[in-house]
Amino acid sequence: MLIAGILILAAGTYGFRAAGRLLQARVTFPPRVRKLLETAAMVLLAALVAVTALTQGHDAAGFARPAGVAVAGLLAWRKAPFLVIVLAAAGTTAALRLCGVT
Amino acid sequence: MGSIWRTPAWRSIDRRAGRDIGLACLAVFVFGVSYGAIAVAGGLPLWVPAMLSVLVMAGSSELLFVGIVAAGGNPLAAALAGVLVNSRHLPYGLALPAGVAGRGWRAILGTHLMNDETVVFALAQDRAETRRAVFWTCGCGVLIAWPAGAVSGALLGGIVRNTSALGLDAVFPAMILALIFPALRDGGRRLRAAAIAGAGIALAGTACGLPAGLPVLLALAAVVVAC
Repeated sequence: MLIAGILILAAGTYGFRAAGRLLQARVTFPPRVRKLLETAAMVLLAALVAVTALTQGHDAAGFARPAGVAVAGLLAWRKAPFLVIVLAAAGTTAALRLCGVT
Repeated sequence: MGSIWRTPAWRSIDRRAGRDIGLACLAVFVFGVSYGAIAVAGGLPLWVPAMLSVLVMAGSSELLFVGIVAAGGNPLAAALAGVLVNSRHLPYGLALPAGVAGRGWRAILGTHLMNDETVVFALAQDRAETRRAVFWTCGCGVLIAWPAGAVSGALLGGIVRNTSALGLDAVFPAMILALIFPALRDGGRRLRAAAIAGAGIALAGTACGLPAGLPVLLALAAVVVAC
């Protein structure tokens, strides 16, 4: 049952990846639509950031993780190096939890 | 991948992009560590996160799958939830220009390598050749870093009980945010407005109790803001 679940998840994911590609190969999009599709990818990623940063299940994620991601956003804005951004996010979250902030 | 190695396309990757890909793979590894640790902390054997990381290679859906199964949920229901989360890969495939993920038999692997990190890196490049090189370099890096992280985390999880104390759950959103930030900054006001509206829709959908994955998909409606 567990293996079946893993295989279904793998096959379904591959199916979505392949479907997007196959569709793309069959249809030629005008530049304006191309641009819009790239915007769509960015919108999806931004939504993914918001959900993974701010929520846990259906509830708010508390304070420590959003604060860590906020620090990452601030550093990204200041054009900090990638490694610094990621480590600062984890470090901020860890430090807050160490202080008892969840 | 033959053509990549015959004609040294990877040389078209500049030093900065190469370093960023390396660091992104490192971040993927760290995220993998937290994922593997969470999986074994939930009582799952090591081979579950290991097998998922290779066959699915899409972090947030795997975390969701592991979370549902560890909580006693049905693995088939967990798989459907994960597939829903991964439906965003369909628009990714549409956004990637033809040929980036390879043609012919190479596309079989190229399709599998399509994920959050590889797509955002490839789209950040201007030239078709560089896009392809960046996609494959990042994809192969993630294909190694993600399972390696998951297995390390599963092993570590047996030792470190409370991995949330390390703040690793902030790594994934921070990484994706850092990756999309340059595009958001240079993409104009409409793109930023669409991204913010999309984030708002996804948060509202999650707060309303929609199943995981669906809110992120609904965020696509915000694309009209950019029209």
